[in-house]
Amino acid sequence: MAKKIKVESNILKKNNLTAEENKKYFRDHNLFVLNLVSSPGSGKTTLIEKTIEDLQNKIDIYVIEGDQQTSRDAERIKKAGAEAVQINTGKACHLNAVNIKKAVDKLKPSNNSLVIIENVGNLICPSMFDLGENLRVVIISVTEGEDKPIKYPNMFHSSDLCLVNKIDLLPFVEYDIEQTLDYCREVKRDLDIMKVAAINGEGMQKWYKWIADKSGLFKI
Amino acid sequence: MHELSLAENIVAIAENYADKHEISFISEVEIEVGMLAGVEIEALEFALNSAVVNTNLESANLKIIYISGLGKCLSCGLTFNMDTLQSRCPDCNDFNPKVLQGKELRVKSISGE
Ligand SMILES: Nc1nc2c(ncn2[C@@H]2O[C@H](COP(=O)(O)OP(=O)(O)O)[C@@H](O)[C@H]2O)c(=O)[nH]1
Ligand SMILES: [Mg+2]
Ligand SMILES: [Zn+2]
Repeated sequence: MAKKIKVESNILKKNNLTAEENKKYFRDHNLFVLNLVSSPGSGKTTLIEKTIEDLQNKIDIYVIEGDQQTSRDAERIKKAGAEAVQINTGKACHLNAVNIKKAVDKLKPSNNSLVIIENVGNLICPSMFDLGENLRVVIISVTEGEDKPIKYPNMFHSSDLCLVNKIDLLPFVEYDIEQTLDYCREVKRDLDIMKVAAINGEGMQKWYKWIADKSGLFKI
Repeated sequence: MHELSLAENIVAIAENYADKHEISFISEVEIEVGMLAGVEIEALEFALNSAVVNTNLESANLKIIYISGLGKCLSCGLTFNMDTLQSRCPDCNDFNPKVLQGKELRVKSISGE
């Protein structure tokens, strides 16, 4: 006989349970974990390289690189002087909590370190997948137009900090940075926002101070 | 396309519950999707149609129930419908309300025998 069964299960339950396990692991090992998201080419890898260069004397940094294919970014990070693991997501356009659990198993970061996750370049899909990170950082660059926050509101809504990168290019592009800041607040009023140029270090001290304050693991 | 992962999860959840309740043929799955969840409905339907192939919900009716967005104005306290995350309070025009409803992603029920 036909019957109807109540399920009431979150579609992302499996991911969320693993994210909780990751959170516990991070807590137990006193790791501070950042999830970096952006469109392709906004400067995530460059930002991580620069951050390693400037902070490696203060804190151990480990990097988890997500890409659909290739391990080029992980190679760049290793050159910059940090340990890195590359995850290829294949068809999937985002990292999930299981990816991170496996990567952390491989990396085995020492206690009290900073772990930076570079998510797959995409402003839509990664917004939905909790990796267990402490905080989420969305990066946009001044060559992408002002309206990213309102085109991809879910990503900005779920982020804790927005870095506006490539401000060294402001003299050369038509870009109203104040408009971007307004759009950000429209989607999330308490979103922290900073202007940086990862390529030459401009504005990066504020970012380092932010990491130091939020993690409590080192001082600037 | 994260809808692909969502579709795979929906199939896994439905099959798991069917197993537990000794259902070998699923005739309907009810899925709740909030309008503010960031899901492209057409993409989800498309992904579901391919994810169900060769499973015991292959010929099930996949019923997607939309849950409208509901927000509470942080300035005047009014509760109102939100079409998008940028919806503003119709009374005082304040932006960025607290989202009360509309982010749901749930498998609500399965039917079968
Ligand atoms: N002018 C300028 N270029 C940058 C900056 N940051 C990154 N880039 C360049 O942008 C391109 C993409 O950077 P990448 O870090 O690979 O972006 P990802 O795809 O987000 O990891 C590279 O050519 C970088 O050199 C910046 O602050 N200023
Ligand atoms: Mg990169
Ligand atoms: Zn109001």
